[in-house]
Amino acid sequence: MPERYIFPHRHLLGIEPLAPEDILAILDQAAAFEEVCERPEIKIVPALRKRLIVNLFFENSTRTRNSFEIAEKRLSAEIINFDADASSLSKGETLIDTAKNLEAMHPDLVVMRHCAPGAHVLLARHMSASIVNAGDGAHEHPTQALLDAYTLRKRFGSFDGLRVAIVGDIRHSRVVRSNLWLLTKLGARVTLVGPPTLMPEGLTATWPSIRISHSLDEVLSEQDAVMMLRCQFERGTGAFIPGQGEYVRFYQLNAERLKRCRPDVAILHPGPINRGVEITSEVADSPNSLILDQVTNGVPVRMAVMYLLCNARG
Amino acid sequence: MVPASASCLLDGAQLDASLLRLAREIVAEIGSDETLALLGIRTRGLPIAERLVRHLNTLLGREVLLGSLDITLYRDDLAERSGVPIVRPTEIPFALQGRTVLLVDDVVFSGRTIRAALDAMLDHGRPRCVKLVALVDRGGRELPIQPDFTGMKLEVPANQRVTVKLHEIDGEDGVFLGA
Repeated sequence: MPERYIFPHRHLLGIEPLAPEDILAILDQAAAFEEVCERPEIKIVPALRKRLIVNLFFENSTRTRNSFEIAEKRLSAEIINFDADASSLSKGETLIDTAKNLEAMHPDLVVMRHCAPGAHVLLARHMSASIVNAGDGAHEHPTQALLDAYTLRKRFGSFDGLRVAIVGDIRHSRVVRSNLWLLTKLGARVTLVGPPTLMPEGLTATWPSIRISHSLDEVLSEQDAVMMLRCQFERGTGAFIPGQGEYVRFYQLNAERLKRCRPDVAILHPGPINRGVEITSEVADSPNSLILDQVTNGVPVRMAVMYLLCNARG
Repeated sequence: MVPASASCLLDGAQLDASLLRLAREIVAEIGSDETLALLGIRTRGLPIAERLVRHLNTLLGREVLLGSLDITLYRDDLAERSGVPIVRPTEIPFALQGRTVLLVDDVVFSGRTIRAALDAMLDHGRPRCVKLVALVDRGGRELPIQPDFTGMKLEVPANQRVTVKLHEIDGEDGVFLGA
């Protein structure tokens, strides 16, 4: 790696526009920030001192937002939290108006979660700040995929030929889309598993290398990693399946199914988990589970993203 | 890259001799200090610190502790330069509390790198005493920072470059003066 590196993107709107080497650069930088996060005493570096970061959350989020905020604080950035409820949005301000108002305050970076896919593109067009997508509808959630990748790389060393199954509500998941871009770009062998009603059409047209299966039991034994997705009842998962009982019977990762996995299988879940629905407590709390490692890794990965973006412009 | 017009200030053998002399000076002055530890400032301060530690171990007949310091995130010119410096790990496998720490760098110029290194180090703990070792002091200080142990002292105009090359990184040893 050279001494200096210019990250070739001003924004992180998704994984789709990134080249494999961009993804690896973020993961490499995250490793240096992990050292900062694991220091016994002062876990803060002055890397983004005097930079202003706005957290703009139009959708509820506790974990992602906390993770971003911890990452921002560890980089010594100044932070403004802009809550959709508390703002003029409830008075009818449009996203463009919000962008223009924020722009007048000259932030360096905006972290946004919004329910509309592509809202970030609109924001980027009206602001000179770097934009980080913290989730846009069912479209992308790039930092989640990056922290998943960081967790997998730490465990397995490389993605080449790594067999990863992503299981559950594929239809409503932005985590899946970001992960499909990321894992296929880095050479992993991805299998999507879920009931036909939760599997949208056309996935193999976008990602020709992936496999689709409706039977968890058929594919489980050959996977290096299994990524369980949350049943998003608030986004309407319930309308696509006959009932929770049947879903549990065919797609829940439980102790009995875990026994049929490779002994060193890695279990991931983007959280928050519905214990007893897509995953049982025995599995979520088992030694195979990397679920809490994912949470821990989220901070250095987000530090790396914001550090690279804030220094991307010459 | 050292340009063809660059002149050699120290060749490999002279650089070796300079490091051995530095190690002897350190031993004479603070060799009896059992709390002694070296921190090499990345990139080129680290191999210099590694070599000094090998000399010190031989001269003192004991193992002197060694760590590395990456100061990228502490630079005061981070935002002024184009692109982003790659952050590399800081590895300090011992507690700094109560120790005499020797910060090691290849060239001291403005003093800003050392200022950043002091900040970076203090985030890891509070040594009892900190001293600075530089293979080359090229003058031109912008901050009140001076090395305690110097391999070679020069007065070089600000627009001229002093380059230290080390086997571990550059495949050859030497100190060069070039535009």
